Amino acid sequence: MTTHAPAPSFIRRLLSGDLPRSRILTVILIAIVVGLVVAPFLVPGARSLNTSAKILIFIALVASYDLLLGYTGIVSFAHTMFFGIGAYGIAIASTRMEPGWTALAVGTSCAILLSVILATVIGLFSLRVRAVFFAMITLAVATAFSTLMSQLSEWTGGEDGITFKMPTIFQPAYRLFEEPVLGIVINGRILSYYAILIAVVVLFLLMLRIANSPFGRVLQAIRENPFRTEAIGYRTVFYRTIASVISAVFATLAGVLMAIWLRYNGPDTTLSLEIMVDILLITVIGGMGTLYGAIVGSVVFMIAQTYLQDVMVLVSKASEHIPLVATLAHPDRWLLWLGLLFVLSIYYFPQGVVGSLRDRARGT
Amino acid sequence: MMEGSVNASEPRVSLETRGLGIRFGGHVAVNAVSCAFRPGELTCIVGPNGAGKTTYFNLISGQLRPSEGSILLQGRDITAMPTSARALAGLGRAFQLTNLFPQLSVLENIRLVVQARRGFGFSLLSLWTSHRDAIAEAETCLERVSLQHRRDATAASLPHGDQRKLEVALLIALNPDVFLFDEPTAGMSIDEVPVILDLIREIKTDSSKTVLLVEHKMDVVRSLADRIIVLHNGTLLADGDPATVMESPIVHEAYLGMSAKEAAAIEQVAHD
Ligand SMILES: Nc1ncnc2c1ncn2[C@@H]1O[C@H](COP(=O)(O)OP(=O)(O)OP(=O)(O)O)[C@@H](O)[C@H]1O
Ligand SMILES: [Mg+2]
Repeated sequence: MTTHAPAPSFIRRLLSGDLPRSRILTVILIAIVVGLVVAPFLVPGARSLNTSAKILIFIALVASYDLLLGYTGIVSFAHTMFFGIGAYGIAIASTRMEPGWTALAVGTSCAILLSVILATVIGLFSLRVRAVFFAMITLAVATAFSTLMSQLSEWTGGEDGITFKMPTIFQPAYRLFEEPVLGIVINGRILSYYAILIAVVVLFLLMLRIANSPFGRVLQAIRENPFRTEAIGYRTVFYRTIASVISAVFATLAGVLMAIWLRYNGPDTTLSLEIMVDILLITVIGGMGTLYGAIVGSVVFMIAQTYLQDVMVLVSKASEHIPLVATLAHPDRWLLWLGLLFVLSIYYFPQGVVGSLRDRARGT
Repeated sequence: MMEGSVNASEPRVSLETRGLGIRFGGHVAVNAVSCAFRPGELTCIVGPNGAGKTTYFNLISGQLRPSEGSILLQGRDITAMPTSARALAGLGRAFQLTNLFPQLSVLENIRLVVQARRGFGFSLLSLWTSHRDAIAEAETCLERVSLQHRRDATAASLPHGDQRKLEVALLIALNPDVFLFDEPTAGMSIDEVPVILDLIREIKTDSSKTVLLVEHKMDVVRSLADRIIVLHNGTLLADGDPATVMESPIVHEAYLGMSAKEAAAIEQVAHD
C-alpha cells in the first residue's frame, strides 16, 4: 500500500474528485503534462512540435472514445466519422467563406449540429439491438460517410483533401513578439499549439467531470449490467444514445483542432479506418474506463509511431551483415513491430497501463 | 378451482393481471392468469420447477411482453410500459439469479437505485459525490441488510449469501409499492436466511405495501404468507388463505405429487 499525500482541494475539484490513485501514475501524468507544456522550447523543430500537437488532439479524441467504450461498454466504429465531421466543418467553412474566426465558428457549429443529429439517429435506431449489430451498423455508416466525402470532391477536395487558411494569429508567418523568447520565435505555429493545448485541457477536464457525474455513474452501471440498470428505473436506450452523442461532440471538437493544426484535411488524416484502429488500440493500451489512459496511451502510441521507424533505420544499418536481423529490422517492417508491441502489452497488461498501475497501488 | 375475487372497481387493488399469458413457440409458459393483489397483503406464489413463476414475474415487471392479457398497477394499464418506467411507477423486482453490478462497490450498487428513484440520473455536470443525501440513504439501506462492513468491496467479491442480501437491499432502496421477490433465500446458508425474512416481515408491516413472494421452502411460506396462489404448467391452480390451499388435495397432487396425508407425515418428520 502506498501512502498518498492528499491532493490540494482545488486540484481535487478540477479533476472532479477522480485522482490518478497511483503514485507512479501521478508522476507519469505530471511529467507528460509538463512535457507537453514546455515541448516547443524543450525539443524545438517542426517534427517534434507536430508530434506533440497530435498527442494533444489524440488525448481528446481517445478520451471521448473511452466515454463510449470504457464507461458505457459500447463498441462503435463511427468515431472517426465524427472526428472527420469536425475537420471537414472547418475545412469547408474556411474555403467557402472568408477564412478567419467567423469561418471557425460557423464550421464548428455546423459540424457539431451534424454530429448530434447523426449520433442521435444512429443511437435511437440501433442501440436497442445487440452490441455486435450496433458495431456493424456504425461501421457501415462510417464507410458510407467516407465514400460520400470522397465523392463530394467539389466541396471536400475528394481523395486529395483541401488546404485552407486560419485566422492571422495561427498563420506560420505571424509573430507575437519581435524578439525570440528563450531562443524560440513565437510564431503562429506556437500559438496554434498552445491554443490546442488549452482546448484539450478544457475538453479533458469536462469529460472527467461527465464521467464522475450521476450520469457517468449510470453509464458504468449500463456497462456492468444493462438488464439490471433498466430494472432499477433507467431507460438505458436514452442513456446510451446521450452517451454516444456526447462522445460524438467531443470527437468533432478534436477534429476541429486537427484541422486548425494541419490547415489541411483529407480522408486519410481524419476519416480512415486506420485511425479508428489506432483509437481502439490506444484506448485499450491506456486502460479502458479511466480517461487517464487516453493521456498515457496517446503519448506511448504517438512516440512509437513517430520514432520507431528512426530506431529501426539505425538497427538495420548496424546489422547490415546479419541477414535475417537486417530484414526484420528493415524500416518497412515497423508496423509489424508495433503490432507485436501491442499484442504483448495487451497480453501482459489487459487492464491497460492505468488499470495495472492502479492495481499495483492497491496492492493486488 | 378456487379463485380469488377479482374486482376491478375495488379501490384497494394495487396490482392486477387480467388473462395474462405468454407462449414460447408452442409452449404456454403462463396461461391466462387473472389475479389481483392488495396492499398490506403478502402473497406466496408456489409451484413446481418450470411452473411459470419467474415468467409471471417477468411479465409483470416488463422483462417479457405478454402474448395476451393486461397488467394494471394502481388501476393504470402498464402492459405497454417499459421496464424502467414500471420500476419508477412503484413496481420493484428482486431476481432469482443474483443480478448485480459486479465491478461496482456494494454501496454504489445501492446508491444507483436511490439515484434512479430520486431522478437525477441525467445530471451531467454535478459530481455524484455532491448528492450527499442519496449516499446517506444508500448507507441506511446497507445497514438494514447488515452489509455496512462491506461498503467498499465490489459486488462480485461478496460471498453468495451477501450477494443475496445486496439483491434485496436494491429492492429496499427502490422502495416500491409492489415488491416482487423471486426466491430471495435461494442458496443461502441457514443462519443467513432470517436476515432476509425479517426484512420481508418488516416490509409486510407497512400496510401500504403489496408483496409477492415466490418461495419453495414450505416453512417460510407458512410463516409469511397471508395468501397462497399455486401455479402449475403456467395455470393458476389454486388461490386462497394458506390453510385452505395447503390442505387442498389438488395442490398436493400437482405440486407435491403426493397426497395430503403423505405430505403431512413427511413434514412431521422434517420438523422433528
Ligand atoms: N425466454 C424463454 N424462452 C423459452 N422458454 C422459456 C423462457 N423463459 C421460460 N421458459 C420456459 O417457461 C417455463 C416456465 O419457466 P419459469 O422460469 O417461469 O419457471 P419457474 O416456475 O420460475 O421455475 P423454478 O422454480 O425452477 O424457478 C419453463 O418450461 C421454461 O423452460
Ligand atoms: Mg423461477
